[in-house]
Amino acid sequence: MSSSMMIGQYIPAGSFIHKLDPRTKIAIIFFFVVIVFFANSVMSYGLLTLFAVGSAFATKIRVRYILKGLKPVWFLIAFTFLLHLFVTREGEVIATVFGWELYREALIQGATISLRFFLLIMVTSLLTLTTTPIEITDAIEQLLGPFKRFRFPAHELALMMSISLRFIPTLMQETEKISKAQASRGVDFRTGSFKDRIKAVIPLLVPLFVSAFKRAEELAMAMEARGYKGGEGRTKLRELHIGWKDYVVYGLFILLMAGLFLTRN
Amino acid sequence: MDITFDHVSYTYQPNSPFEHHALKDLSFQFSSGSFVAVIGHTGSGKSTLIQHLNGLVQPTEGAVSIGSYHLQAGKKNKKLRELREKVGVVFQYPEHQLFEETVEKDIAFGPSNFGVGEEDIKQRTKEAISAVHLSEDMLQRSPFDLSGGQMRRVAIAGVLAMDPDVLVLDEPTAGLDPRGQKEIMDMFARLHKQKQLTTVLVTHSMEDALKYADHVIILKDGEVYKEGAPLEIFKEKEALQSVQLDVPEVIEFLGEVERTLDEKISYQGQSIAELAKELAQVVKGGRDHE
Repeated sequence: MSSSMMIGQYIPAGSFIHKLDPRTKIAIIFFFVVIVFFANSVMSYGLLTLFAVGSAFATKIRVRYILKGLKPVWFLIAFTFLLHLFVTREGEVIATVFGWELYREALIQGATISLRFFLLIMVTSLLTLTTTPIEITDAIEQLLGPFKRFRFPAHELALMMSISLRFIPTLMQETEKISKAQASRGVDFRTGSFKDRIKAVIPLLVPLFVSAFKRAEELAMAMEARGYKGGEGRTKLRELHIGWKDYVVYGLFILLMAGLFLTRN
Repeated sequence: MDITFDHVSYTYQPNSPFEHHALKDLSFQFSSGSFVAVIGHTGSGKSTLIQHLNGLVQPTEGAVSIGSYHLQAGKKNKKLRELREKVGVVFQYPEHQLFEETVEKDIAFGPSNFGVGEEDIKQRTKEAISAVHLSEDMLQRSPFDLSGGQMRRVAIAGVLAMDPDVLVLDEPTAGLDPRGQKEIMDMFARLHKQKQLTTVLVTHSMEDALKYADHVIILKDGEVYKEGAPLEIFKEKEALQSVQLDVPEVIEFLGEVERTLDEKISYQGQSIAELAKELAQVVKGGRDHE
C-alpha cells in the first residue's frame, strides 16, 4: 500500500542519471520547469517530451514502475483535461454529443495543459527516484550557500530536512506500537461513528507527540555531546563534484533550449 | 483460559520482497492458570506470538484458541473486543502509552472502553493502584510528572484495571532498577495466584523464568525449540547455549558444586539460605566421613 503512495521513492539502479551531481539534477529540473511554459508548437512539445521520456529511460528504472509512482496524479491530469473540454469555448465546434458542443480550442488546450502537467510531474519525480534524500539535502545546502551572506540559514535548513527524513520511519514504527497498545485497551480505530473515530485518535497522538519531543531533546543532547555547533567551519563527509557527465548534461540541455526556441511559433 | 496454538504460522508482508516468516508451524498448549515463560533470542518471534493472544494479528495459517475464542487463518473474529477485555497485554515500555491528564483517568481508560460502570471503575482504579504499590494520592497527578518507574506502574495498573483473565507481559521489567524489577515481578506472581490468572511472560531473564514460571517455551527462528518444566529445560546447558541463552546462575552454581565436590544438590526452588544450609550439610557431612 505504502509503496504506491510514495511518489518517487528512491530506487538504486546505478544509472548515468543516478551518478550525476544532485545539484546538476536540481538545476536542470528547475530550468526545465521554466521552459515547459515556453513551448507552444507541436514540435516544441515533441522536443520536451522526447527529453523527459529519454531521461526516464536513462534512469534504468522500469518505466512501469515510474508510471505506477505517478498513479495519484493521473487523476489530476485527467481532471484537468476534462475541465478544459467543458469550460473552454473558443474556436469552431468540431463535434456535438447530446447537445453538448466540443470546441476545437478546448481539445487543444486540454491536451497541452495535461501534457505540461504530466511533463512537470514526471521530470520532478525522476529527481527523487534517482537521488537519495541525503544527496538532495546536501545539494540544497550548497545551492542556497550564497544566500548565507544575507543571513539565510542554509545549513540549518538542510539539517532540519535530513533530520525529519530520518525520523519518518521511526515515527511510523512508534505509531504502530502505540496503536497496538491502545487497541489492547479497547480502542477501536476502525469502526464507530466519525466522532468516535476522531476521539480514538487522541490516545494515539498524545503519546506520539510526547515521544517525538523526548526524542528531539535526546538528539539535541547527543549532537551537543559530540561537539556540534552549527554549520560554521564544518567539513563535509560527502563532497559534491561536478564531473564530465554533468557537463554533458548541461550541453544537452542547452541544445534542448536552442531547439525549443527554434521550433516555437 | 486454556490457550492453544494449532500449527500457527505468521508471515509479515506476504508475497512481497519484504516477506518475513515470523512464526513457522507453531503448536503448543497450556492450561488455564499456568504461568508460562516465553524465551528466545531477539527476532525469534516472541512479540509476534503474544500479539496473537488478543487478536492484534491473525495467524496466516493455522488457528489459535484462547478459552472459547478462536482466531483462525482467513476468518474474521467478531468478538475481538470481548477477547481484548479478557486478555490484558502489558507491552514493552508500557509507559509510552500514557496520555490522559491524570493517573486516575488513564487507569480508567481501558475499563471505560469496555463499558464498565462508573462505580465499578472507581473501585477497580483503587484496587489497581494499590496492587502496583502506588499511593492513592497519585491518582490526581499528571502521569507525565512521575518518574519512569512510577509511570511504568501506572501503565501496568491501567491493564490490571481491565480485570483480565489472561495477563500477557512483554518484558515488563526492562529498563528498571534491580529492586524495581523484583518488586514488579513479585507483584505479578502474587496477582497470578490471587486472581488465578493465566500469565504469559516474555523475558530475557532466565532467573525470572526459573523463579516464576511453571512452563517454559523457548523459541528459535519462529519455531518451538524446547518446551517443558523450567527445571527440566534449564538442565540442558549445551542446548540453551546453542541458541545464545544462559543457564540461570543458581543452576550453574549447583552444577559447579557437583563437579568440584562430587555431591549432587538438586534444585527445587530453594532460597539462598536454604541452599547454603544444604551445602553446609554436604560439606560438614563430607568431613565427618574422614
